[in-house]
Amino acid sequence: MPAPAVNIQKVSHHYGSHQALRDVTFQVTPGTLYGLLGPNGSGKTTLFRILSTLMPPSEGHAQVFGLDTAREPSAVRRRIGTVFQEEALDEALTVRQNLRVQGALYGLHGAERRERAKDLLRRLDVADRATDPVADLSGGLRRRVDLARGLLHRPDLLLLDEPTSGLDPAARRTFWSAVHQLRAEEGTTLLLATHLMDEAERCDRVGILSDGALVANGAPDTLKANLGDETIWLKTDAPISLRDRIEAQFGVSTRIVGATVQVAPAAPPTFLSSLYDALSDHIRSATIRTPTLEDVFMVHAGVSPTDSREHVLAHRDTSDE
Amino acid sequence: MSALRTIGALTAREMLKFVGDRSRVLGALAQPLALWGLLGLGFQNTFRPPQGTAEASYVAFLFPGILALVLLFTAIFSTISIVEERTSGFLQAVLVAPTPRTALVFGTTLGGTLLATAQALLFLGALPLIDHAPGVAGVGMIVAVCLLTGLAFTALGFAIAWRMETTRGFHAIMNLFLLPLWFLSGALFPVEGAAPVLQVLMWGNPVSYAVSGLRHGFHGFADAPTALAGPGVCLAVTGAFAVLMTGLAVWQVRRPFFQT
Repeated sequence: MPAPAVNIQKVSHHYGSHQALRDVTFQVTPGTLYGLLGPNGSGKTTLFRILSTLMPPSEGHAQVFGLDTAREPSAVRRRIGTVFQEEALDEALTVRQNLRVQGALYGLHGAERRERAKDLLRRLDVADRATDPVADLSGGLRRRVDLARGLLHRPDLLLLDEPTSGLDPAARRTFWSAVHQLRAEEGTTLLLATHLMDEAERCDRVGILSDGALVANGAPDTLKANLGDETIWLKTDAPISLRDRIEAQFGVSTRIVGATVQVAPAAPPTFLSSLYDALSDHIRSATIRTPTLEDVFMVHAGVSPTDSREHVLAHRDTSDE
Repeated sequence: MSALRTIGALTAREMLKFVGDRSRVLGALAQPLALWGLLGLGFQNTFRPPQGTAEASYVAFLFPGILALVLLFTAIFSTISIVEERTSGFLQAVLVAPTPRTALVFGTTLGGTLLATAQALLFLGALPLIDHAPGVAGVGMIVAVCLLTGLAFTALGFAIAWRMETTRGFHAIMNLFLLPLWFLSGALFPVEGAAPVLQVLMWGNPVSYAVSGLRHGFHGFADAPTALAGPGVCLAVTGAFAVLMTGLAVWQVRRPFFQT
Protein backbone atom coordinates (compact mmCIF):
# COMPACT_ATOMS: atom_id res chain seq x y z
CA MET A 1 0.00 0.00 0.00
CA PRO A 2 1.44 3.38 -0.97
CA ALA A 3 2.18 5.97 1.72
CA PRO A 4 -0.72 8.33 2.38
CA ALA A 5 -0.39 11.75 0.74
CA VAL A 6 -0.75 13.31 4.17
CA ASN A 7 -0.27 11.51 7.45
CA ILE A 8 -0.84 13.54 10.59
CA GLN A 9 -0.05 11.57 13.73
CA LYS A 10 -0.90 12.95 17.17
CA VAL A 11 0.11 16.47 16.22
CA SER A 12 -0.17 19.14 18.90
CA HIS A 13 1.11 22.65 18.61
CA HIS A 14 1.25 25.62 20.90
CA TYR A 15 2.33 29.23 20.48
CA GLY A 16 3.57 30.15 23.92
CA SER A 17 0.71 29.20 26.21
CA HIS A 18 -1.90 29.13 23.44
CA GLN A 19 -2.78 25.62 22.30
CA ALA A 20 -3.41 25.83 18.54
CA LEU A 21 -3.65 22.09 17.77
CA ARG A 22 -4.61 19.27 20.12
CA ASP A 23 -3.62 15.71 19.33
CA VAL A 24 -4.76 15.78 15.70
CA THR A 25 -4.57 12.51 13.73
CA PHE A 26 -5.81 11.89 10.19
CA GLN A 27 -4.71 10.67 6.77
CA VAL A 28 -5.35 11.75 3.22
CA THR A 29 -5.42 9.12 0.47
CA PRO A 30 -3.45 10.03 -2.67
CA GLY A 31 -5.60 11.50 -5.44
CA THR A 32 -8.44 12.61 -3.18
CA LEU A 33 -9.75 15.99 -2.12
CA TYR A 34 -9.73 16.35 1.65
CA GLY A 35 -11.38 19.31 3.31
CA LEU A 36 -10.48 20.70 6.71
CA LEU A 37 -13.53 22.55 7.90
CA GLY A 38 -13.33 24.99 10.77
CA PRO A 39 -13.90 28.59 11.78
CA ASN A 40 -11.07 31.09 11.85
CA GLY A 41 -8.75 30.32 14.71
CA SER A 42 -9.56 26.60 14.77
CA GLY A 43 -6.01 25.60 13.85
CA LYS A 44 -6.23 25.16 10.06
CA THR A 45 -3.49 27.65 9.28
CA THR A 46 -1.22 26.19 11.96
CA LEU A 47 -1.64 22.75 10.42
CA PHE A 48 -0.81 24.19 7.01
CA ARG A 49 2.33 25.86 8.31
CA ILE A 50 3.47 22.52 9.69
CA LEU A 51 2.66 20.67 6.45
CA SER A 52 4.39 23.28 4.31
CA THR A 53 7.54 22.88 6.49
CA LEU A 54 7.44 26.47 7.74
CA MET A 55 7.61 25.19 11.30
CA PRO A 56 7.87 21.83 13.11
CA PRO A 57 4.96 20.72 15.32
CA SER A 58 5.44 20.97 19.09
CA GLU A 59 4.49 17.29 19.38
CA GLY A 60 3.70 14.46 16.99
CA HIS A 61 4.62 13.84 13.36
CA ALA A 62 3.43 15.17 10.04
CA GLN A 63 4.33 13.27 6.90
CA VAL A 64 3.83 13.99 3.22
CA PHE A 65 4.07 10.87 1.05
CA GLY A 66 5.98 9.21 3.89
CA LEU A 67 8.44 12.10 4.28
CA ASP A 68 8.65 13.81 7.65
CA THR A 69 8.04 17.56 7.38
CA ALA A 70 10.37 18.37 10.28
CA ARG A 71 13.26 16.05 9.37
CA GLU A 72 13.14 16.06 5.58
CA PRO A 73 11.80 19.52 4.72
CA SER A 74 13.50 19.89 1.36
CA ALA A 75 12.21 16.51 0.14
CA VAL A 76 8.72 17.52 1.27
CA ARG A 77 8.99 20.91 -0.44
CA ARG A 78 9.64 19.22 -3.77
CA ARG A 79 6.34 17.33 -3.52
CA ILE A 80 4.02 20.13 -2.37
CA GLY A 81 2.51 23.23 -3.90
CA THR A 82 0.74 25.93 -1.92
CA VAL A 83 -2.01 28.44 -2.50
CA PHE A 84 -2.39 30.57 0.61
CA GLN A 85 -5.06 33.03 1.65
CA GLU A 86 -3.15 35.85 0.03
CA GLU A 87 -1.58 35.45 -3.38
CA ALA A 88 2.15 34.80 -3.34
CA LEU A 89 2.63 37.07 -6.33
CA ASP A 90 4.73 40.17 -6.85
CA GLU A 91 2.27 42.86 -7.90
CA ALA A 92 4.90 44.91 -9.69
CA LEU A 93 5.78 42.04 -12.00
CA THR A 94 3.76 40.68 -14.90
CA VAL A 95 2.05 37.31 -14.75
CA ARG A 96 4.76 35.76 -16.90
CA GLN A 97 7.60 37.28 -14.85
CA ASN A 98 6.04 35.93 -11.67
CA LEU A 99 5.88 32.44 -13.13
CA ARG A 100 9.49 32.74 -14.28
CA VAL A 101 10.65 33.48 -10.72
CA GLN A 102 8.52 30.62 -9.42
CA GLY A 103 10.07 28.27 -11.98
CA ALA A 104 13.56 29.29 -10.86
CA LEU A 105 12.74 28.34 -7.28
CA TYR A 106 12.09 24.77 -8.45
CA GLY A 107 14.91 24.62 -10.97
CA LEU A 108 12.51 24.82 -13.91
CA HIS A 109 13.84 26.77 -16.85
CA GLY A 110 13.93 27.23 -20.59
CA ALA A 111 11.39 25.72 -22.94
CA GLU A 112 10.09 23.30 -20.31
CA ARG A 113 9.07 26.11 -17.97
CA ARG A 114 7.67 28.25 -20.76
CA GLU A 115 5.53 25.40 -22.10
CA ARG A 116 4.23 24.51 -18.65
CA ALA A 117 3.40 28.13 -17.82
CA LYS A 118 1.69 28.68 -21.14
CA ASP A 119 -0.33 25.49 -20.78
CA LEU A 120 -1.47 26.33 -17.24
CA LEU A 121 -2.42 29.90 -18.11
CA ARG A 122 -4.41 28.64 -21.09
CA ARG A 123 -6.25 26.04 -19.05
CA LEU A 124 -6.96 28.56 -16.29
CA ASP A 125 -8.20 31.01 -18.89
CA VAL A 126 -5.74 33.82 -18.11
CA ALA A 127 -3.42 33.38 -21.11
CA ASP A 128 -4.45 36.73 -22.60
CA ARG A 129 -3.21 38.56 -19.48
CA ALA A 130 0.26 36.98 -19.39
CA THR A 131 2.08 40.25 -20.05
CA ASP A 132 0.00 42.39 -17.68
CA PRO A 133 1.32 43.41 -14.26
CA VAL A 134 -0.40 41.45 -11.50
CA ALA A 135 -1.48 44.76 -9.93
CA ASP A 136 -3.82 45.29 -12.92
CA LEU A 137 -5.69 42.00 -12.46
CA SER A 138 -9.01 41.48 -10.67
CA GLY A 139 -9.18 39.35 -7.52
CA GLY A 140 -10.51 36.30 -9.35
CA LEU A 141 -7.83 36.46 -12.03
CA ARG A 142 -5.09 36.82 -9.42
CA ARG A 143 -6.28 33.70 -7.66
CA ARG A 144 -6.12 31.76 -10.90
CA VAL A 145 -2.63 33.08 -11.60
CA ASP A 146 -1.67 32.10 -8.06
CA LEU A 147 -3.10 28.63 -8.69
CA ALA A 148 -0.93 28.41 -11.82
CA ARG A 149 2.03 29.44 -9.67
CA GLY A 150 1.27 26.72 -7.12
CA LEU A 151 0.91 24.06 -9.83
CA LEU A 152 3.83 25.10 -12.04
CA HIS A 153 6.22 22.44 -10.72
CA ARG A 154 3.58 19.67 -10.87
CA PRO A 155 3.26 19.08 -7.12
CA ASP A 156 1.81 15.78 -5.95
CA LEU A 157 0.02 17.51 -3.10
CA LEU A 158 -1.53 20.95 -3.33
CA LEU A 159 -2.31 22.79 -0.09
CA LEU A 160 -5.18 25.25 -0.50
CA ASP A 161 -5.66 27.54 2.50
CA GLU A 162 -9.01 29.30 2.06
CA PRO A 163 -8.16 29.88 -1.60
CA THR A 164 -11.44 31.61 -2.45
CA SER A 165 -11.63 34.03 0.46
CA GLY A 166 -12.61 37.49 -0.72
CA LEU A 167 -13.92 36.24 -4.08
CA ASP A 168 -17.45 36.79 -5.32
CA PRO A 169 -19.59 33.70 -6.06
CA ALA A 170 -18.94 33.78 -9.80
CA ALA A 171 -15.16 33.99 -9.35
CA ARG A 172 -15.40 31.25 -6.74
CA ARG A 173 -17.20 28.95 -9.18
CA THR A 174 -14.67 29.63 -11.92
CA PHE A 175 -11.82 28.94 -9.51
CA TRP A 176 -13.30 25.61 -8.45
CA SER A 177 -14.10 24.41 -11.94
CA ALA A 178 -10.47 25.14 -12.84
CA VAL A 179 -9.26 23.19 -9.80
CA HIS A 180 -11.46 20.19 -10.61
CA GLN A 181 -10.39 20.15 -14.23
CA LEU A 182 -6.70 20.26 -13.33
CA ARG A 183 -7.18 17.63 -10.68
CA ALA A 184 -8.80 15.29 -13.19
CA GLU A 185 -5.93 15.81 -15.62
CA GLU A 186 -2.98 15.65 -13.21
CA GLY A 187 -4.22 13.50 -10.33
CA THR A 188 -3.01 15.99 -7.75
CA THR A 189 -4.01 15.31 -4.15
CA LEU A 190 -5.72 18.33 -2.63
CA LEU A 191 -5.88 19.40 0.98
CA LEU A 192 -8.29 22.28 1.41
CA ALA A 193 -8.80 24.46 4.47
CA THR A 194 -12.14 26.23 4.42
CA HIS A 195 -14.97 27.55 6.52
CA LEU A 196 -17.44 27.38 3.65
CA MET A 197 -19.97 24.55 3.69
CA ASP A 198 -20.47 24.38 -0.06
CA GLU A 199 -16.71 23.95 -0.54
CA ALA A 200 -16.59 21.24 2.10
CA GLU A 201 -19.48 19.44 0.38
CA ARG A 202 -17.34 18.93 -2.73
CA CYS A 203 -14.65 17.08 -0.79
CA ASP A 204 -14.20 13.32 -0.80
CA ARG A 205 -13.59 13.47 2.93
CA VAL A 206 -14.02 16.16 5.51
CA GLY A 207 -12.31 16.71 8.84
CA ILE A 208 -13.90 19.13 11.28
CA LEU A 209 -11.48 21.19 13.35
CA SER A 210 -12.78 22.90 16.43
CA ASP A 211 -10.50 24.70 18.86
CA GLY A 212 -7.48 22.82 17.57
CA ALA A 213 -9.05 19.35 17.87
CA LEU A 214 -10.29 17.13 15.04
CA VAL A 215 -13.83 16.38 16.20
CA ALA A 216 -15.13 14.53 13.12
CA ASN A 217 -13.58 12.88 10.09
CA GLY A 218 -15.33 11.13 7.21
CA ALA A 219 -17.11 11.44 3.88
CA PRO A 220 -19.69 14.28 3.94
CA ASP A 221 -22.57 11.87 3.25
CA THR A 222 -21.47 9.50 6.00
CA LEU A 223 -21.15 12.31 8.51
CA LYS A 224 -24.62 13.56 7.63
CA ALA A 225 -26.15 10.07 7.72
CA ASN A 226 -24.69 9.54 11.20
CA LEU A 227 -26.96 12.29 12.49
CA GLY A 228 -30.03 10.33 11.44
CA ASP A 229 -32.45 10.72 8.57
CA GLU A 230 -34.95 13.51 9.15
CA THR A 231 -34.67 15.39 12.41
CA ILE A 232 -36.49 18.29 14.02
CA TRP A 233 -34.61 21.48 14.79
CA LEU A 234 -36.23 23.79 17.35
CA LYS A 235 -35.08 27.36 17.88
CA THR A 236 -35.74 28.58 21.40
CA ASP A 237 -34.76 31.19 23.96
CA ALA A 238 -34.20 28.61 26.70
CA PRO A 239 -32.72 25.44 25.19
CA ILE A 240 -32.05 23.67 28.50
CA SER A 241 -35.56 23.98 29.88
CA LEU A 242 -37.05 23.00 26.50
CA ARG A 243 -34.85 19.91 26.39
CA ASP A 244 -35.87 18.94 29.91
CA ARG A 245 -39.55 19.37 29.11
CA ILE A 246 -39.33 17.32 25.90
CA GLU A 247 -37.45 14.54 27.60
CA ALA A 248 -39.88 14.50 30.54
CA GLN A 249 -43.08 14.62 28.46
CA PHE A 250 -42.11 12.55 25.41
CA GLY A 251 -39.18 10.46 26.50
CA VAL A 252 -37.13 10.99 23.30
CA SER A 253 -33.46 11.91 23.22
CA THR A 254 -32.54 15.46 22.34
CA ARG A 255 -29.37 17.41 21.76
CA ILE A 256 -28.61 21.08 22.38
CA VAL A 257 -26.62 22.86 19.69
CA GLY A 258 -26.18 26.54 20.46
CA ALA A 259 -29.68 28.05 20.69
CA THR A 260 -31.19 25.06 18.91
CA VAL A 261 -32.57 21.79 20.24
CA GLN A 262 -32.32 18.81 17.91
CA VAL A 263 -34.88 16.03 18.32
CA ALA A 264 -34.64 12.72 16.46
CA PRO A 265 -37.97 10.88 16.91
CA ALA A 266 -39.23 7.95 14.84
CA ALA A 267 -41.85 9.90 12.83
CA PRO A 268 -40.85 13.56 12.80
CA PRO A 269 -43.99 15.16 11.20
CA THR A 270 -46.53 13.66 13.61
CA PHE A 271 -44.13 14.15 16.51
CA LEU A 272 -43.73 17.81 15.66
CA SER A 273 -47.47 18.49 15.69
CA SER A 274 -47.92 16.94 19.13
CA LEU A 275 -44.78 18.73 20.32
CA TYR A 276 -46.17 22.02 19.07
CA ASP A 277 -49.51 21.45 20.81
CA ALA A 278 -47.76 20.86 24.11
CA LEU A 279 -44.87 23.33 24.08
CA SER A 280 -45.58 26.04 21.52
CA ASP A 281 -44.87 28.76 24.09
CA HIS A 282 -41.28 27.64 24.34
CA ILE A 283 -40.54 27.27 20.64
CA ARG A 284 -39.66 30.19 18.38
CA SER A 285 -39.46 28.16 15.19
CA ALA A 286 -39.28 24.55 14.12
CA THR A 287 -37.81 22.87 11.05
CA ILE A 288 -37.80 19.29 9.80
CA ARG A 289 -34.91 18.50 7.50
CA THR A 290 -32.27 15.98 6.61
CA PRO A 291 -28.99 16.93 8.26
CA THR A 292 -26.68 19.25 6.36
CA LEU A 293 -22.94 19.52 6.76
CA GLU A 294 -23.59 22.64 8.77
CA ASP A 295 -25.65 20.54 11.21
CA VAL A 296 -22.79 18.06 11.38
CA PHE A 297 -20.47 20.91 12.17
CA MET A 298 -22.76 22.36 14.82
CA VAL A 299 -23.24 19.00 16.49
CA HIS A 300 -19.54 18.18 16.63
CA ALA A 301 -18.06 21.58 17.22
CA GLY A 302 -20.86 23.01 19.36
CA VAL A 303 -20.73 26.29 17.46
CA SER A 304 -21.73 27.57 14.06
CA PRO A 305 -18.91 27.38 11.50
CA THR A 306 -19.30 31.05 10.75
CA ASP A 307 -18.52 32.03 14.34
CA SER A 308 -15.10 33.54 14.40
CA ARG A 309 -12.66 33.18 17.23
CA GLU A 310 -10.17 35.38 15.49
CA HIS A 311 -10.33 38.19 18.03
CA VAL A 312 -9.41 35.80 20.83
CA LEU A 313 -6.50 34.46 18.81
CA ALA A 314 -5.24 37.84 17.78
CA HIS A 315 -5.24 38.92 21.38
CA ARG A 316 -3.30 35.86 22.47
CA ASP A 317 -0.80 36.22 19.65
CA THR A 318 0.20 39.70 20.67
CA SER A 319 0.58 38.77 24.31
CA ASP A 320 2.95 35.96 23.33
CA GLU A 321 5.41 38.16 21.51
CA MET B 1 22.43 24.93 -9.49
CA SER B 2 18.88 25.66 -8.38
CA ALA B 3 20.31 28.07 -5.79
CA LEU B 4 22.05 30.05 -8.54
CA ARG B 5 18.83 30.19 -10.54
CA THR B 6 17.00 31.47 -7.50
CA ILE B 7 19.63 34.15 -6.94
CA GLY B 8 19.44 35.17 -10.59
CA ALA B 9 15.65 35.30 -10.61
CA LEU B 10 15.43 37.29 -7.37
CA THR B 11 18.10 39.75 -8.49
CA ALA B 12 16.23 40.29 -11.74
CA ARG B 13 13.02 40.78 -9.78
CA GLU B 14 14.53 43.63 -7.76
CA MET B 15 15.61 45.33 -10.98
CA LEU B 16 12.25 44.92 -12.68
CA LYS B 17 10.45 46.27 -9.63
CA PHE B 18 12.64 49.33 -9.42
CA VAL B 19 12.55 50.18 -13.12
CA GLY B 20 8.77 49.75 -13.12
CA ASP B 21 8.48 52.38 -10.41
CA ARG B 22 9.61 55.68 -11.94
CA SER B 23 8.77 57.75 -8.89
CA ARG B 24 11.19 55.66 -6.88
CA VAL B 25 14.02 56.27 -9.38
CA LEU B 26 13.37 60.01 -9.42
CA GLY B 27 12.78 60.35 -5.70
CA ALA B 28 16.01 58.58 -4.88
CA LEU B 29 17.90 61.14 -7.01
CA ALA B 30 16.00 64.37 -6.51
CA GLN B 31 16.21 64.47 -2.72
CA PRO B 32 20.00 64.10 -2.44
CA LEU B 33 20.49 66.56 -5.31
CA ALA B 34 18.43 69.16 -3.47
CA LEU B 35 20.27 68.50 -0.23
CA TRP B 36 23.60 68.82 -1.98
CA GLY B 37 22.65 72.11 -3.61
CA LEU B 38 21.14 73.66 -0.47
CA LEU B 39 23.85 72.63 1.99
CA GLY B 40 26.69 73.07 -0.47
CA LEU B 41 25.76 76.58 -1.54
CA GLY B 42 24.61 77.54 1.95
CA PHE B 43 27.94 76.82 3.58
CA GLN B 44 29.93 77.93 0.53
CA ASN B 45 31.69 80.87 2.19
CA THR B 46 31.78 79.77 5.85
CA PHE B 47 33.31 76.32 5.34
CA ARG B 48 37.07 76.19 6.04
CA PRO B 49 38.79 73.06 4.65
CA PRO B 50 41.42 71.40 6.89
CA GLN B 51 44.93 72.57 6.10
CA GLY B 52 47.01 70.56 3.68
CA THR B 53 44.05 68.91 1.97
CA ALA B 54 42.75 69.13 -1.54
CA GLU B 55 39.21 70.26 -0.75
CA ALA B 56 38.44 73.24 -2.96
CA SER B 57 34.92 74.17 -1.88
CA TYR B 58 32.15 72.93 0.36
CA VAL B 59 30.13 71.84 -2.67
CA ALA B 60 33.02 69.63 -3.74
CA PHE B 61 33.66 68.43 -0.18
CA LEU B 62 30.03 67.47 0.20
CA PHE B 63 29.75 65.51 -3.03
CA PRO B 64 31.17 62.15 -1.83
CA GLY B 65 29.04 62.44 1.31
CA ILE B 66 25.86 62.90 -0.73
CA LEU B 67 26.92 59.96 -2.88
CA ALA B 68 27.09 57.87 0.31
CA LEU B 69 23.62 59.09 1.30
CA VAL B 70 22.19 57.94 -2.04
CA LEU B 71 23.83 54.56 -1.52
CA LEU B 72 22.63 54.09 2.04
CA PHE B 73 19.03 55.03 1.36
CA THR B 74 18.61 53.15 -1.90
CA ALA B 75 20.22 50.04 -0.41
CA ILE B 76 18.26 49.99 2.83
CA PHE B 77 14.87 50.86 1.37
CA SER B 78 15.11 48.28 -1.39
CA THR B 79 14.47 45.76 1.40
CA ILE B 80 11.34 47.37 2.86
CA SER B 81 8.97 45.15 0.85
CA ILE B 82 10.36 42.13 2.73
CA VAL B 83 8.42 43.18 5.82
CA GLU B 84 5.10 42.55 4.12
CA GLU B 85 6.05 39.86 1.66
CA ARG B 86 7.43 37.64 4.39
CA THR B 87 4.15 36.97 6.18
CA SER B 88 1.79 37.24 3.25
CA GLY B 89 2.54 37.11 -0.35
CA PHE B 90 5.52 36.61 -2.54
CA LEU B 91 8.15 35.47 -0.06
CA GLN B 92 5.88 32.72 1.28
CA ALA B 93 6.28 30.98 -2.05
CA VAL B 94 10.07 31.24 -1.75
CA LEU B 95 10.03 29.84 1.78
CA VAL B 96 8.06 26.72 0.89
CA ALA B 97 10.14 26.04 -2.24
CA PRO B 98 13.05 23.57 -2.14
CA THR B 99 15.57 26.35 -2.66
CA PRO B 100 18.01 27.25 0.16
CA ARG B 101 17.06 30.28 2.20
CA THR B 102 20.59 31.57 1.82
CA ALA B 103 19.80 31.97 -1.88
CA LEU B 104 16.96 34.26 -0.89
CA VAL B 105 19.41 36.47 1.01
CA PHE B 106 21.95 36.58 -1.79
CA GLY B 107 19.37 37.17 -4.54
CA THR B 108 17.65 40.00 -2.71
CA THR B 109 20.80 41.72 -1.46
CA LEU B 110 22.54 41.41 -4.82
CA GLY B 111 19.56 43.06 -6.50
CA GLY B 112 19.53 45.88 -3.95
CA THR B 113 23.30 46.31 -4.22
CA LEU B 114 23.23 46.68 -7.98
CA LEU B 115 20.34 49.13 -7.74
CA ALA B 116 22.11 51.27 -5.15
CA THR B 117 25.31 51.27 -7.18
CA ALA B 118 23.51 52.17 -10.40
CA GLN B 119 21.72 54.98 -8.60
CA ALA B 120 24.99 56.32 -7.16
CA LEU B 121 26.67 56.17 -10.55
CA LEU B 122 23.78 58.13 -12.06
CA PHE B 123 24.50 60.76 -9.43
CA LEU B 124 28.08 60.99 -10.74
CA GLY B 125 26.46 62.60 -13.79
CA ALA B 126 26.29 65.77 -11.68
CA LEU B 127 30.10 66.00 -11.53
CA PRO B 128 30.47 68.34 -14.54
CA LEU B 129 28.39 70.88 -12.58
CA ILE B 130 31.36 71.42 -10.29
CA ASP B 131 33.84 70.96 -13.11
CA HIS B 132 35.45 67.88 -11.64
CA ALA B 133 36.68 64.62 -13.20
CA PRO B 134 37.87 61.72 -11.00
CA GLY B 135 39.54 59.77 -13.83
CA VAL B 136 39.19 56.09 -14.66
CA ALA B 137 40.99 54.78 -11.56
CA GLY B 138 38.92 57.12 -9.40
CA VAL B 139 35.65 55.90 -10.88
CA GLY B 140 36.86 52.33 -10.38
CA MET B 141 37.43 53.06 -6.69
CA ILE B 142 34.01 54.69 -6.40
CA VAL B 143 32.31 51.67 -8.01
CA ALA B 144 34.13 49.29 -5.65
CA VAL B 145 33.11 51.28 -2.57
CA CYS B 146 29.53 51.55 -3.86
CA LEU B 147 29.23 47.78 -4.38
CA LEU B 148 30.58 46.94 -0.92
CA THR B 149 28.58 49.62 0.90
CA GLY B 150 25.45 48.72 -1.06
CA LEU B 151 25.84 45.08 -0.11
CA ALA B 152 26.43 45.91 3.55
CA PHE B 153 23.32 48.07 3.84
CA THR B 154 21.00 45.87 1.79
CA ALA B 155 22.02 42.98 4.01
CA LEU B 156 21.46 45.09 7.13
CA GLY B 157 18.06 46.15 5.80
CA PHE B 158 17.24 42.51 5.06
CA ALA B 159 18.17 41.38 8.57
CA ILE B 160 16.03 44.09 10.16
CA ALA B 161 13.09 43.70 7.77
CA TRP B 162 13.01 39.95 8.45
CA ARG B 163 12.21 40.61 12.10
CA MET B 164 9.81 43.54 11.63
CA GLU B 165 6.04 43.26 11.87
CA THR B 166 5.17 46.52 10.11
CA THR B 167 6.75 48.83 7.57
CA ARG B 168 6.22 51.67 10.03
CA GLY B 169 8.49 49.92 12.49
CA PHE B 170 11.03 49.42 9.75
CA HIS B 171 11.04 53.16 8.97
CA ALA B 172 11.46 54.01 12.64
CA ILE B 173 14.43 51.67 13.13
CA MET B 174 16.04 52.80 9.90
CA ASN B 175 15.89 56.46 10.78
CA LEU B 176 17.39 55.61 14.13
CA PHE B 177 20.35 53.90 12.42
CA LEU B 178 20.81 55.60 9.13
CA LEU B 179 20.98 59.32 9.80
CA PRO B 180 23.41 59.15 12.77
CA LEU B 181 25.64 56.80 10.80
CA TRP B 182 25.65 59.25 7.94
CA PHE B 183 26.13 62.39 10.09
CA LEU B 184 29.09 60.78 11.82
CA SER B 185 30.76 59.52 8.67
CA GLY B 186 32.69 62.62 7.70
CA ALA B 187 30.14 63.28 4.97
CA LEU B 188 29.11 66.71 6.29
CA PHE B 189 32.21 67.83 8.16
CA PRO B 190 35.81 66.61 8.27
CA VAL B 191 36.93 64.54 11.24
CA GLU B 192 39.86 66.88 11.99
CA GLY B 193 37.63 69.80 12.96
CA ALA B 194 35.14 67.87 15.08
CA ALA B 195 34.97 67.71 18.88
CA PRO B 196 37.04 64.84 20.37
CA VAL B 197 34.00 62.78 21.38
CA LEU B 198 32.64 62.95 17.84
CA GLN B 199 36.04 62.02 16.46
CA VAL B 200 35.97 58.77 18.44
CA LEU B 201 32.49 57.97 17.14
CA MET B 202 33.60 58.76 13.60
CA TRP B 203 36.61 56.48 13.86
CA GLY B 204 34.34 53.67 15.01
CA ASN B 205 31.70 54.20 12.33
CA PRO B 206 32.05 51.82 9.37
CA VAL B 207 30.36 54.35 7.07
CA SER B 208 33.26 56.76 7.69
CA TYR B 209 35.53 54.40 5.76
CA ALA B 210 33.07 54.20 2.89
CA VAL B 211 32.92 58.00 2.70
CA SER B 212 36.71 58.23 2.92
CA GLY B 213 36.99 55.62 0.19
CA LEU B 214 34.64 57.65 -1.99
CA ARG B 215 36.81 60.73 -1.34
CA HIS B 216 39.89 58.87 -2.55
CA GLY B 217 38.03 57.92 -5.69
CA PHE B 218 36.61 61.42 -6.10
CA HIS B 219 40.14 62.85 -6.15
CA GLY B 220 41.41 60.06 -8.37
CA PHE B 221 44.12 59.22 -5.79
CA ALA B 222 45.93 62.33 -7.05
CA ASP B 223 45.57 64.75 -4.14
CA ALA B 224 45.32 64.12 -0.43
CA PRO B 225 41.64 64.33 0.57
CA THR B 226 40.27 64.60 4.11
CA ALA B 227 40.14 60.89 4.70
CA LEU B 228 40.31 58.72 7.80
CA ALA B 229 42.68 56.22 6.23
CA GLY B 230 44.33 55.18 3.00
CA PRO B 231 42.30 53.66 0.13
CA GLY B 232 43.33 50.10 1.02
CA VAL B 233 42.17 50.37 4.61
CA CYS B 234 38.92 52.01 3.49
CA LEU B 235 38.16 49.15 1.10
CA ALA B 236 39.13 46.53 3.68
CA VAL B 237 36.94 47.96 6.45
CA THR B 238 33.99 48.44 4.08
CA GLY B 239 34.42 44.91 2.74
CA ALA B 240 34.63 43.41 6.23
CA PHE B 241 31.46 45.30 7.21
CA ALA B 242 29.68 43.92 4.14
CA VAL B 243 30.69 40.36 5.01
CA LEU B 244 29.54 40.84 8.59
CA MET B 245 26.14 42.23 7.57
CA THR B 246 25.61 39.45 5.01
CA GLY B 247 26.38 36.96 7.75
CA LEU B 248 23.82 38.65 9.96
CA ALA B 249 21.16 38.41 7.25
CA VAL B 250 21.93 34.73 6.58
CA TRP B 251 21.75 33.97 10.30
CA GLN B 252 18.39 35.73 10.57
CA VAL B 253 16.82 33.95 7.62
CA ARG B 254 17.87 30.53 8.92
CA ARG B 255 16.18 31.00 12.26
CA PRO B 256 12.72 29.43 12.60
CA PHE B 257 10.12 31.47 10.84
CA PHE B 258 7.25 31.36 13.31
CA GLN B 259 7.52 31.55 17.04
CA THR B 260 7.03 28.19 18.66
